[in-house]
Amino acid sequence: MNDLLNIEHLSTHFKTEEGTIKAVDDISLHVRKGETVCIVGESGCGKSITAMSIMGLIEGPAGKVAGGSIHFDGRDLTKLNRHELRHLRGNEIAMIFQEPMSSLNPVITIGEQIVEPLRVHLNLSRRDAHTRAIELIEQVGISRPEQIFRSYPHELSGGMLQRIMIAIAISCNPKLLIADEPTTALDVTIQAQILDLLRRFKEDSDMSILLITHDLGVVAEMADYVIVMYSGKIVEEGEVTQLFANPKHPYTQGLLRSKPVINQRQDELYSIPGQVPNPLELQPSCYFHDRCEHCMAVCRMEEPNLKKVGEQQKAACWLYEEAKVYA
Amino acid sequence: MSSIGREITAGGSARQERAKSSIWRQSMQRLLRNKLAVIGLVVVVIMFLACFIGPVFSPYASNKIHMNIMNRPPNMRHWLGTDGLGRDVLTRVLQAGRISLTVGLASMVLSVLIGSLLGVIAGYFKGIVDQVVMRIADLLLTIPGLPLLFIFGALLSEWKVPTEYRMYIVMVMLSLIGWPSLARLVRGQMLSLREREFMQAATVLGLSAKRKLFHHLLPNIVPLLIVIATLNIGGSILMESVLSFFGLGVMPPTATWGNMIDAANNMLDFQNRPWLWIPPGLSIFITVIAINIFGDGLRDVLDPKKKK
Amino acid sequence: MSTYISKRLIYMLVILLAASFLVFSLYALTPGDFISGNMKLSPERKAELREIYGLNKPLLERYLIWMKNALHGNFGYSLSQQTPVLTLFNQYIWNSFLLAVVSTFLTWVIAVIIGVIAAYKQYSWFDTLVMIGIFAAMSLPSFFIGLFLIKTLAVDLHWLPPGGMLTTGSSSTGLAYVKEVIQHMTLPVIVMTLLGLGSLTRYFRSNMIDVIKQDYIRTARAKGLSERKVLFTHALRNALLPAITLVGFELPALFGGSLIIEKIFNWPGIGQLYMQSFGLRDYPLLVGFTMLIAVLTVIGTLLSDILYHVADPRVKLQ
Repeated sequence: MNDLLNIEHLSTHFKTEEGTIKAVDDISLHVRKGETVCIVGESGCGKSITAMSIMGLIEGPAGKVAGGSIHFDGRDLTKLNRHELRHLRGNEIAMIFQEPMSSLNPVITIGEQIVEPLRVHLNLSRRDAHTRAIELIEQVGISRPEQIFRSYPHELSGGMLQRIMIAIAISCNPKLLIADEPTTALDVTIQAQILDLLRRFKEDSDMSILLITHDLGVVAEMADYVIVMYSGKIVEEGEVTQLFANPKHPYTQGLLRSKPVINQRQDELYSIPGQVPNPLELQPSCYFHDRCEHCMAVCRMEEPNLKKVGEQQKAACWLYEEAKVYA
Repeated sequence: MSSIGREITAGGSARQERAKSSIWRQSMQRLLRNKLAVIGLVVVVIMFLACFIGPVFSPYASNKIHMNIMNRPPNMRHWLGTDGLGRDVLTRVLQAGRISLTVGLASMVLSVLIGSLLGVIAGYFKGIVDQVVMRIADLLLTIPGLPLLFIFGALLSEWKVPTEYRMYIVMVMLSLIGWPSLARLVRGQMLSLREREFMQAATVLGLSAKRKLFHHLLPNIVPLLIVIATLNIGGSILMESVLSFFGLGVMPPTATWGNMIDAANNMLDFQNRPWLWIPPGLSIFITVIAINIFGDGLRDVLDPKKKK
Repeated sequence: MSTYISKRLIYMLVILLAASFLVFSLYALTPGDFISGNMKLSPERKAELREIYGLNKPLLERYLIWMKNALHGNFGYSLSQQTPVLTLFNQYIWNSFLLAVVSTFLTWVIAVIIGVIAAYKQYSWFDTLVMIGIFAAMSLPSFFIGLFLIKTLAVDLHWLPPGGMLTTGSSSTGLAYVKEVIQHMTLPVIVMTLLGLGSLTRYFRSNMIDVIKQDYIRTARAKGLSERKVLFTHALRNALLPAITLVGFELPALFGGSLIIEKIFNWPGIGQLYMQSFGLRDYPLLVGFTMLIAVLTVIGTLLSDILYHVADPRVKLQ
C-alpha cells in the first residue's frame, strides 16, 4: 500500500449542553504520496474537524476522536501519545490555516516563529536556524528577508503572512501538508499566487497535500482527487476530472451548478434550496434529503452507503443503489 | 423617513417584549445551572434572613446589660459567648449584620444611581457635560479614598452627629467615593455602544434621541449595571467595616461588624476572648464572598462579552 | 507621541493642582488642630503658636503659601516631630517600600502561575478550587485577616513576631538584623500578598482563557511545540501584555504604604506615620502624604498608558 495517509471510519464528536454533535461521522479517506486531495463542502460540514483530528488538535474534553483509525506512514495517529504526536506535528505533518492575520502570534517576531520548529524538530543551532529561516522567507517569494525576519505580524499584509505560514509549514520538509482554506481570507490575485506556491513546493519535494476548501475553483486548480462532505459524511468522492465532468450525487451537482461560469450569464445563479440540517437533530436518513430534488421515501429513512459509481468515483446516494423498494 | 422608523419599531416592540422576557428567562436558567453562583445566592439569602429576622427569636435581643455574665466564652445558652457587658454575642452579630448589610446595600444603590446617571449623561451627550463630569471623576479618583474617608469620619465626630444618623452619612460617604469609577465604566460602555452598528441603524431609521436612549442604549447597559451593583455591595460592606473598625464609621452602641471587631484593639479581648471579634469578622468574610461569587455568576450570564 | 505626552502632562498638572486645593481645604476643615489638642499649653501660648504656624490666616492664603513652598520643594515641617515632612517621608517610605515590593513580587509570580494553570485546566476541579480561592482572597477584610493571623500564628503559636520591624530593644546588626526584619515582615507580607492575589489571579486566568482560544495558539501547537512552550511562551506573552498597564497602577501601593496593614502590624512605614499623624492633626504631614499618593496615582496612570503603547507592537501612539 502506497498510501501516506489512510483514514478508516473516523468519527469525531463534540459534547455540548444540548447533546452530542457528530462533527465527523464515520469517514474513510486515503492520500497517496505526492497526491493532492481536496475536501470540499460548506462550512460546518466537518472538513476542518477532519484536519484537526489528523493533527491531534481536537480540543478536549468536549471534543474527542470517538472512533476509527488514522494511519500515517505506518503509524496509527490515534494511538500515539502526546509526545510522539508532537514530534510529528510541524515536522512530518504541517498545517496552514484560513486566517493568516490571526494565525501568527502578534507579539513574537516573524523570524522567531519560523525558527521555532527548526530548533525543536531539526535541532538546528540558533545561527543555523536563522540562516535557514532567511532561506525559507526567500523561497516563499518575499524580498528583504532580514527585515521581514525582525518584523511583527501586524506589519505584513495577509498575503505575505500566508507566505510566512507556508514557510513555517515547509520548514521541516513535511510529508503531508494540510491546508485549511488557505486562500479564503485573501484577495483573488493573491489567492492564485499562494496556490502556485503550494503547487511548486509539492512538485519540488514530493509532498502530499490535503487541501480543504469550499471553493470549487481551487479544487479544479489543485486537486488530483476530490472528496465532497456534507453534515459530517462523505457524500461523493472521485478523481477530479471524472467528478467534475459527471457528478453523481445531487449535492455535488448542486455545488457545481451554483458556481458562476465566466462568459455564461445566467438570469439567476443557481442555489441549493433549503439549509444544512441541525447537527443535533440528525435522524438515520440521507442528510441531504430535504434539499434534494430527487428525494425518495427511502432517503428519509435510511442512510445510503458510499458505493462505486464510476471507474474512480463513489457516491452515497439511493439513486445509485440497487432498487431497494419501499412501499 | 421618521414615520417609517416609527412603524418599524412599533411593529417590532411586541416581538421585542417577547424576546426580552425570553432572554431574561434564559439568563435565569443559565444562572441556576451555575452551582457555585447558586450556593452564593443561598448563603446571601440566609445571611439576610438571619440578620433581619434572626434577632426576633433571640431571648437576648434587648441588649440588656448583665454584669453577672460578662465575657463568658461560648456555651449552651450563649452560643457565641457574651461580651464585656454581658450581652449575647450571637444576637449582637446578627443585629450588627442588619446595619452592615443595610449600609452596604444602600451605599451601593446610591453610588450606582449617581455613577450610572452621570455616566449615561456624560456618555450620551458628550461635549461640555461629559468634560465636567469626567474631570470631577478624575479629580476624585486621584485623591486616595481612605484618607478622604478618614477626614469625613473625623468631621462626623466633631459635628457630634448622633449615632442613629451616622449610619446614613456613612452611606453617603461611601457612595461619594464609589461613584467616579462607576461613572467612568458606564460612560465607556455608552460610548462604545453609540458606535455600534445597531445604533447607527437606529439613527438611519430616524429615531428620536429619547427613544434611542431609553429603548436602545439603556437596556443594553442594564445587565452591566446589575453585575456592577452586585459586586459593589461586597466592596461597600468591606469599606464600612474598615471605617467602623477605626472608629470613624458607625459608632457604638449601634453595633456593626466593623466596630465589633474593634474589640480586638483591646489586648485582653484580642488574646483571650476571640469570640468577641472573630464571629463578626467571619460574618463579613462569608457575606462578601457569597455576594462576590453570586455576582460573578451573574456576570457570566449577563455580560455578553464574558461569555465563553 | 511627544504632543500626546505633553498634553497628558498638562492635564496631570491641572488635576493635581485641583486635587491639592481640595485636599488642603478638606484637612483645614477637619476639626481640631495640632495645637488645640495639646493640653499642656496655656491659651496665650496656643495663640502665639497659631500665629507662628500661620493657622490664623484665611484658608486661601494658607493654601497659596503652602503651594508656593511646595513648588520650591518644601512641604513644610511636621508639627509633632519638628522635622521637614520630606525628611520624615524619606525615613519611613523605604520601610513601606520593602513590604510592598516583596508582596507585589510574590503576588505577581503566584498569580501568573496559578492563573495560567487554572486557565489551561478550565472547568477542572483545580480551576474550581482556584476560583473559590480567588473569591475568598477578594472578600477578606484586610484588618480582620491581619488580626486573625497575628492571633493564631504569632500570639498562640509563637511562630512569628506579632508586629513591628524589630524586636523591642533589639540592637542586632548585620545578618542578625536582616533575619530579624525578615521574620517581622513575614506576616504582613503574607497578608498583603493574600489580599492582592485574588483579583490578579483572576485577571491572568481570564486573560489566558481568552488567549488560549486564539488562532495563533493552534498554530503553535500545529508546529509541534511542547504544551509548556505553547503556554508559557506563546500564550503568556500575550496574556502578560495587557497586564503591563497594571504595573503603573501598582505605583501608589509600592511607595504609598498601606494604612491598614502597617497600622495592624505596627510596621514603621509611611502609612503608619499617617495614621499616627491623623490623630494628632499634623496637617503638613497629612497634606503631604495625601498629595504624595495623588502624585503617584497620576504618574502611575500615565506610566501605564506609555508602557502599554511601548509594549504592544500593534499599538501606535497618535
